[in-house]
Amino acid sequence: MGIGKSYPGVRANDDVSFAVEPGEIHALLGENGAGKSTLVKMIYGLVRPDQGQMVLNGQPHQPADPRAARAAGVAMVFQHFSLFDALTVAENIALGMENPPPRRQLSARIAQVSQDFGLPLNPARRIVTLSAGERQRVEIIRCLLQNPRLLIMDEPTSVLTPQEAELLFATLRKLADQGTAILYISHKLEEIRTHCDCATILRHGRVVDSCDPREHSARTLAAMMVGEEMRLIDRSGRQAGEVLLQVKALSQPAPTAEGTALKAVALTLRAGEILGIGGVAGNGQDELLAALSGEIRSAPGTVLLEGADLSRLGPEGRRTAGLLAAPEDRLGHAAVPDFSLADNTLLTAGARKKLVRNGLIDRPAARAYAEAVIRAFDVRTPGPGTAAKALSGGNLQKFVIGREVMQAPRVLVVNQPTWGVDAGAAAAVRQSLLDLARSGAGVIVISQDLDEILELSDRFCALNEGRLSDPRPTEGLTLDQIGLMLGGAHGMEVAHL
Amino acid sequence: MIDPVALFLLLLSASTPILFAALGELVVERAGVLNLGVEGMMIVGALSGFATAYYSGNAFLGFAVAALAGALVALPFAILTQFLMSNQVASGLALTLFGLGLAALFGKPVEGVKAPTMAAGPLGLNWIVWLGLAMVPAIWWFLNRSRPGLILRGVGENHDAAHALGYDVRRVRLAAIAFGGAMAGIGGAFISVATVLQWTEGMTAGAGWIALAIVVFSNWTAVGVLAGAWLFGGVTVLQLRLQAAGVRVPVQLLSMAPYLATIVVLVAISARQKFSRRSGSAAPGSLGQDFHALR
Repeated sequence: MGIGKSYPGVRANDDVSFAVEPGEIHALLGENGAGKSTLVKMIYGLVRPDQGQMVLNGQPHQPADPRAARAAGVAMVFQHFSLFDALTVAENIALGMENPPPRRQLSARIAQVSQDFGLPLNPARRIVTLSAGERQRVEIIRCLLQNPRLLIMDEPTSVLTPQEAELLFATLRKLADQGTAILYISHKLEEIRTHCDCATILRHGRVVDSCDPREHSARTLAAMMVGEEMRLIDRSGRQAGEVLLQVKALSQPAPTAEGTALKAVALTLRAGEILGIGGVAGNGQDELLAALSGEIRSAPGTVLLEGADLSRLGPEGRRTAGLLAAPEDRLGHAAVPDFSLADNTLLTAGARKKLVRNGLIDRPAARAYAEAVIRAFDVRTPGPGTAAKALSGGNLQKFVIGREVMQAPRVLVVNQPTWGVDAGAAAAVRQSLLDLARSGAGVIVISQDLDEILELSDRFCALNEGRLSDPRPTEGLTLDQIGLMLGGAHGMEVAHL
Repeated sequence: MIDPVALFLLLLSASTPILFAALGELVVERAGVLNLGVEGMMIVGALSGFATAYYSGNAFLGFAVAALAGALVALPFAILTQFLMSNQVASGLALTLFGLGLAALFGKPVEGVKAPTMAAGPLGLNWIVWLGLAMVPAIWWFLNRSRPGLILRGVGENHDAAHALGYDVRRVRLAAIAFGGAMAGIGGAFISVATVLQWTEGMTAGAGWIALAIVVFSNWTAVGVLAGAWLFGGVTVLQLRLQAAGVRVPVQLLSMAPYLATIVVLVAISARQKFSRRSGSAAPGSLGQDFHALR
């Protein structure tokens, strides 16, 4: 087939060839930005290929728009739901069909299909009232009603609970047994290994391999995706130096009704050290980050950097002093979605990188700094003028972390640095944190990913209902012991009752 | 004593211009476009309808031309906002100013002349009044029961999703904007051709703004628009009667009353809707947002 597609500055797909058989669940595997989405958009008629051809059932397939693709038997479930919130389930389904039957018949058919596939759904409900799993059901049923020959699923499980995901795979298997070809896009290796018959692996817009995923380990699949044997994290060359950051008896009421109060949090961080803070979501991670970054100011004498009291300083003051932070929510908290990457550097690097002169923005400097971050952290994007929201999650995360790391902070605090990021980008982010520590900075990693914490940190603290446990060296610490630390405060409270 | 039946018939007449304009704007906003140029489209309709009726002697031809003129004058707005991605609020305001100026300029020759009389319909009411009333269930049916109406609502609710499904967002919106212009044109012409029977500069007197407010407070429903229009028409008729009866209230206050009453009542209704949290706002999801394909 040999399909190609270029976007300004990026060649999204280059000479891609593969075939999907009827009755097969075919995985399309690749890192963020590898060109998976562009490829399926071409099959679904949303984007036109610049070169090459597609063949569907022996017929040349050149859809001018999604309607033509649907008429040819291609259906697609989108990564971000393409539903109309204020409309009912039946109306949404009618909009996705070429010639919908009258309302009553349509409702009956929806009920029929949802029963056949074990996907309960009430046609009269409005989309706003549905959960993520139910919304996806609407999309799937919308596709099924057209009896597609090829069903494309773009990262369908990223928004589902494990139970909902199991139900989805049962449905897909049923469909495949009826002869539908299924093209399944994901970067979750385990689910592809258990559920897919065949996998095509994309890297930088090219097909690098195809294989039977059941015969390979997740590790080899990941290696094919990233293009090299997964780099082992290099922890060497660091030694703990003098104390950099001290937090003493930091207590803080909950900032919002849903928030968590911090209770007498104390920690010390030395130069060259990585401190891991683990805990189940909602135990004060966001609040701790805000208290360290300066978004929430604390009582005098609670946050000290190299002996200087920063407690009453805001984020800008703390940045100038060398205490930097990267929050969890990259789109909206760490970066402004509609700003270009160059403008986004100004948010945190304005003072330390001298991007502002005499109260005016030094645009060439901001651009140059954004370019430097893009180069050093392998951010895949056309350039510093691109809006932050146009980047995939992994690429934006690399940019956000890179923006802080390259300011050479004394102390960097990160929250969930690799959340929702594919394996290759996660390894790059982790290595950059280790490199930063090696250069003599202190790093605090707040994460819910315990493997990540064990991989990175020298000492580990558990955060539980706003209380921070005493640190333990991670050397020799097992997941079981960590589990006990995370539940520890709970156990004590039960004992007090 | 005022005869309630006669008063109601007068109310129907007085509410017609706003009913037309608001129903048109309702369809436009359900397609996701905020067109603040209603006032401008109304005044262009008022002038072109009046001039056509005067020179041809046929009032109905006047309404047809008013609808056409309203749609035509809305076209630059459609091109600016849908194809050149201009800001909808600024473009809509420009359309209002443009329409007012255009009508004032070309209205000079027909100042002071009188419109031809129209044959009345059932109950002595103008046929256009009946047409306006018929438009309420027609638009309700179109929006809630017909396939094109469903597509239009889909486009207004989530234009990215509609585009992903293969619907031509810009074409749907173009058609909606033209329809809104035609309805506003008829509404404006009703003032000059059927009510005042004269052309005066600025004669729509803010009716377009009231129509815009009614659409919002009606929670984007056709029946709500009808209720809002009747409220405005009712207070208009009442204050005219009070003026005629020589009530000792300054005329300025009485003339102000319909606008004030409509806004106050509509705000009260929508405030109650907010506090009851039953359904929340029914504003179309993509209202006023620019649509870029291939984003």
